[in-house]
Amino acid sequence: MSRILEVKNLTVELEGEKILENLSFHVDEGEILTILGPNGAGKTVLLRTLLGLLPYRGKISWKKNVKIGYVPQRLPFIRDFPLTVEEFFHLKEVSEREIREVLSSLQITDPNFLGKKMGVLSSGQFQKVLVAYALLGSPDVLLFDEPTAGIDVGAEENIYTLLSRLKKERDITILLVTHDLAVVYKFASHCLCLNRRMLCFGAPRVINGVLLSKLYGGEVKIYEHRH
Amino acid sequence: MSIVTSLLTGVLISSAAAYLGTLMLGRRMALVAGPLGHLTLPGIALALIYGFDITLGAFPFVILGIVLIWLFEIRTKLPVEALTAIVFATGVATAFLFLPVEQAEAAIVGDITRVGTFDFVLTAAFCAIIFSVVTVSYRKLLLISVSEDLARVQGVNSKKYNLIYLAMVAIVVALGVKLVGGLMTAALVAIPACSARNLSRNLLQDRLLAVSFGAGSCASGIFLSQILGYPAGVLIILINAAIFVATTVFKR
Repeated sequence: MSRILEVKNLTVELEGEKILENLSFHVDEGEILTILGPNGAGKTVLLRTLLGLLPYRGKISWKKNVKIGYVPQRLPFIRDFPLTVEEFFHLKEVSEREIREVLSSLQITDPNFLGKKMGVLSSGQFQKVLVAYALLGSPDVLLFDEPTAGIDVGAEENIYTLLSRLKKERDITILLVTHDLAVVYKFASHCLCLNRRMLCFGAPRVINGVLLSKLYGGEVKIYEHRH
Repeated sequence: MSIVTSLLTGVLISSAAAYLGTLMLGRRMALVAGPLGHLTLPGIALALIYGFDITLGAFPFVILGIVLIWLFEIRTKLPVEALTAIVFATGVATAFLFLPVEQAEAAIVGDITRVGTFDFVLTAAFCAIIFSVVTVSYRKLLLISVSEDLARVQGVNSKKYNLIYLAMVAIVVALGVKLVGGLMTAALVAIPACSARNLSRNLLQDRLLAVSFGAGSCASGIFLSQILGYPAGVLIILINAAIFVATTVFKR
């Protein structure tokens, strides 16, 4: 497996405040890396820095010619426009065929789906559209900011089973920001614990109670439970 | 002849403003055109006193205003809206310092009947630029409005396109003052776009409706002004407002 991302001594300072300090980690092709941390830990900042949207010190090296798909957490301004799903997709330069392919791999079968206004979609549908948008152009990596775990994206899939399936079908690498520990155990191949500084990096089993209390502060009880 | 020239010039300005307005709504920037319009007043005053084209007088002042707001923003980090308020009030005040009273009406509510062939040609050229530049960059401008992050991830140079957009707004404001004066240009940009948004089911409809409302309100405003004797600028704005109220009934 070859390396798709290498980060060395990454420091991000915004308006004089250190948001991320001295982060080093790497991602290999086909991995699912979850970036775990409490609110304000700098998870979204890390994602945006990796996307090249913020200034930083240190080194971020993506594999040459890597194609990145980005799934933002929300698009608050999209309701200002009378955009249909199809018109939204065409904000990327894509062919009709590609749109059809992505829709079928997301198991969207409703023939009227493309004509729907973005503003009337349910939160599950909206999330699915964002994933579809990111998948257009066949990216090698998907960067995913805080999917809402609970929402039903249809056909009894949640966003994580959907992503697992996509990963298998499309052989895609995924970097995913979350504060939901369950996601890490169920879904990730690797985990980065973040609270401004990096607290751990490795397979999910490196996470234990001691680390979690460092991560979230105070005592954290872990309930292992099955549904 | 002169009424035809006025009509053509007005319709071009009004449709270009409406077209640009469809992008402005989303950027919550529709009102920026207002202050920019007020900024043109000193320029309009100069043009009226020395008898040259109002747009040519207005344009440098719009640019000056944008540059000032931009510089103040960098220096103070205050919200752009607040800075805009400072700059536009200064513009209005300066204009009325030396604007002759008998000329004030043209400056405040516009006077499209004054336009000659030169104005028409100038307007047509500028509107052609606005329509083609905006159409070519529409997708990118829209993407930036929806999410600047998403745009930049796709390799869109958002700084460049924001600048292009601002330049188009500046041009449309400088043209708009001919039609509706220095106080109401924001309406020319915002109202047709708002009316269109009330009815449109998709982007294409949105743009078509906005431009139709822009053109229609302007043409009927100029006609009515011939009959009723009120300034065309005033009637155009009122007709636009009426269309907007009507569309709220059908709001989807």
